[in-house]
Amino acid sequence: MNKKVMQGNEACAHGALAAGVRFFGGYPITPSTEVAEVMAKELPKVGGKFIQMEDEIASMAAVIGASLTGKKVLTATSGPGFSLKQENLGYACLTEVPCVVVNVQRGGPSTGLPTSPAQSDVMQAKWGTHGDHPIIVISPSTVKECYTLTVRAVNLAEKYMTPVVFLMDEVIGHLREPIDFDEVKDLEVVDRKKPDVSPEEYVSYAAGEDGIPVLAPFGTGYRYHVTGLTHDEQGFSTMAPPVVARMNQRLMDKIDNNLDDIITFESENLEDADVVLVAYGSSARSAKEAMRWLNAADQNVGLFRPITIWPFPEKEIRKIAGNVKAIVVPEMNMGQLKLEIERAAAGLTKVIGVNKVDGEPITPEEIINAVKGVL
Amino acid sequence: MNSAYEKYFRQDRLPHIWCPGCGNGIVLSAFARAMEELNIDQDKTVVVSGIGCSSRATTYVDFNTLHTTHGRALAFATGVKLANPELNVFVFMGDGDSSAIGGNHLIHASRRNIDITAIIIDNNIYGMTGGQYSPLTPTGKKATTAPYGMVERNFDLCELVKGAGATFVARGTVYHAKQLTDLIVAGAKNKGFSVIEAVSQCPISYGRRNKMKNALEMINWQKEHAVNVKAAQKMNPEQLKDKFLIGELYRAEAPEYTAEYDKLIERVQKGGK
Amino acid sequence: MKKYQVKVNEKRCKACGICIGLCPKEVFGEDYLGKAVVKDDGKCTGCKICELHCPDYCVEVGETA
Repeated sequence: MNKKVMQGNEACAHGALAAGVRFFGGYPITPSTEVAEVMAKELPKVGGKFIQMEDEIASMAAVIGASLTGKKVLTATSGPGFSLKQENLGYACLTEVPCVVVNVQRGGPSTGLPTSPAQSDVMQAKWGTHGDHPIIVISPSTVKECYTLTVRAVNLAEKYMTPVVFLMDEVIGHLREPIDFDEVKDLEVVDRKKPDVSPEEYVSYAAGEDGIPVLAPFGTGYRYHVTGLTHDEQGFSTMAPPVVARMNQRLMDKIDNNLDDIITFESENLEDADVVLVAYGSSARSAKEAMRWLNAADQNVGLFRPITIWPFPEKEIRKIAGNVKAIVVPEMNMGQLKLEIERAAAGLTKVIGVNKVDGEPITPEEIINAVKGVL
Repeated sequence: MNSAYEKYFRQDRLPHIWCPGCGNGIVLSAFARAMEELNIDQDKTVVVSGIGCSSRATTYVDFNTLHTTHGRALAFATGVKLANPELNVFVFMGDGDSSAIGGNHLIHASRRNIDITAIIIDNNIYGMTGGQYSPLTPTGKKATTAPYGMVERNFDLCELVKGAGATFVARGTVYHAKQLTDLIVAGAKNKGFSVIEAVSQCPISYGRRNKMKNALEMINWQKEHAVNVKAAQKMNPEQLKDKFLIGELYRAEAPEYTAEYDKLIERVQKGGK
Repeated sequence: MKKYQVKVNEKRCKACGICIGLCPKEVFGEDYLGKAVVKDDGKCTGCKICELHCPDYCVEVGETA
């Protein structure tokens, strides 16, 4: 037993270090700042680099630049900072540069409620940057998950050569819970692929059968071009419609063809459930509590907790929807993931939101009341 | 073809997309000759650019090249250099790219004195979008968004970066192409943040709107209006009216950021605080 | 006195006129499209002002024996 009590934000930073992150570029913003503070302290100890950039745009740019030298990279922010990161987040999507962007969500819109929790960036995490693009978004519910899932986020970024958004919320970020480090010491760590051909034969964006390109670290003799313009396999800009179509399709396919690997979730009591709660992040904690109370009162209520929010676990939701009277979705927003659940459940069951945007977490009672209205 | 051009240009990417008479191609050849003079290791050099006409430079030079987002080249370059200080990092930017949308990154790269050499191609205009005014469009000059003449004051970029902490500041012109190569070489040798403003011409989107009918006329304007900083010392204000200075404008000694960070790592790893 | 050969890669020339205008010895003329053509490189002094200022890298000055 090797237990330590820490905040979700701290656990996230330590998870990143365990995953091999050696570069952090960031900008202070509540309620994510502790991630940067831990990285500033810990990175030099392992020979890594920390930089506080002049703004969030620059910090996103810096981590992409660092990643291209072969380093594993992280940045962390909250609502308004996440808005600023969108420009270069899109750049990382198109140029297929691995990076993890932590967003500890706070109340919005605009400056909103800097110290209060929210889950209002679910759609922004998916669609915040312009253009069709793939993205992976992971949402932790416990401090331990802030650690283990950050490792997973870094692994997915490296494996799929893509940005991964680590979508926390203020509750999880500032929650203190114990982590038993003996339980998390042997987590799998994935490194991005290196070229297995000579520089002469190397074609940067000619992805192999898996559809994932191999980008050689800058400075290793593989000279190639990286551009945010739509590009061909050689990495140079193109406007040729067949090439553009092919490259954009591959970009989506590298994620869409690997949903079973990327999508993870937790489920409880789905069999025989009359109502299933679908919740993520800190709201899933309230949902779990609500389920326990309802189960204790002999109500058949289950829980489905998407850990990967994007790509959305559509297949799983559709399966649940065919077997229940209703799906209840507690979210600290006006109903963002609910839209996606409605789409997946279309025609099979009703979807009821429990929505709250007053800066307070959703309570188990509020969820129970919603469930009772259905049963 | 000149040996430097053969070595440092991606031959399969030429001809470039720049308009006839555009100064960008001349700045880029000055850069290639500087690389030859420095005998730079192509495999250990990264060239970064932002967005705009100038940013296309990275398509044509044979290094690890990074064509980024508008104004952000220095922020990307900062990540590259800090993550791997062994790499030589050059950045191409335009005047609008570096001083408007990228102004903040420019002053902070200067403040950090990070070992990057920035070449700012100043053609006084946003060329790629068809000729809108930039912070370097001289007051009174015309642009599509300044149809009655530029009402704003324009920046002196060299003064700006000097004030912000850059340790090598120079200005050259396309006309003084040999000197431009020398300035790039000197900037690259400076262990710190170096800025070379390369005064260039955009005959299509700037010249034609401002009574300069072709590239030659614009290059000759550079010849007539540029004064070497050494020669300027012997000239009076009247003689310097309407002139601009070229050459090495400023040099300073200051700690270089990535070296300082490496020292910090060493200190921390030895248990220091 | 050294002699020089001046070459223009007409495929790459965009007819900007810079080399024609800057050459102090009137080595260049222009064709019907305005592209530079070598008229008389016997006059060339090897200053390379044309080569240094060609935006399209299509002028080359070489020393002949």
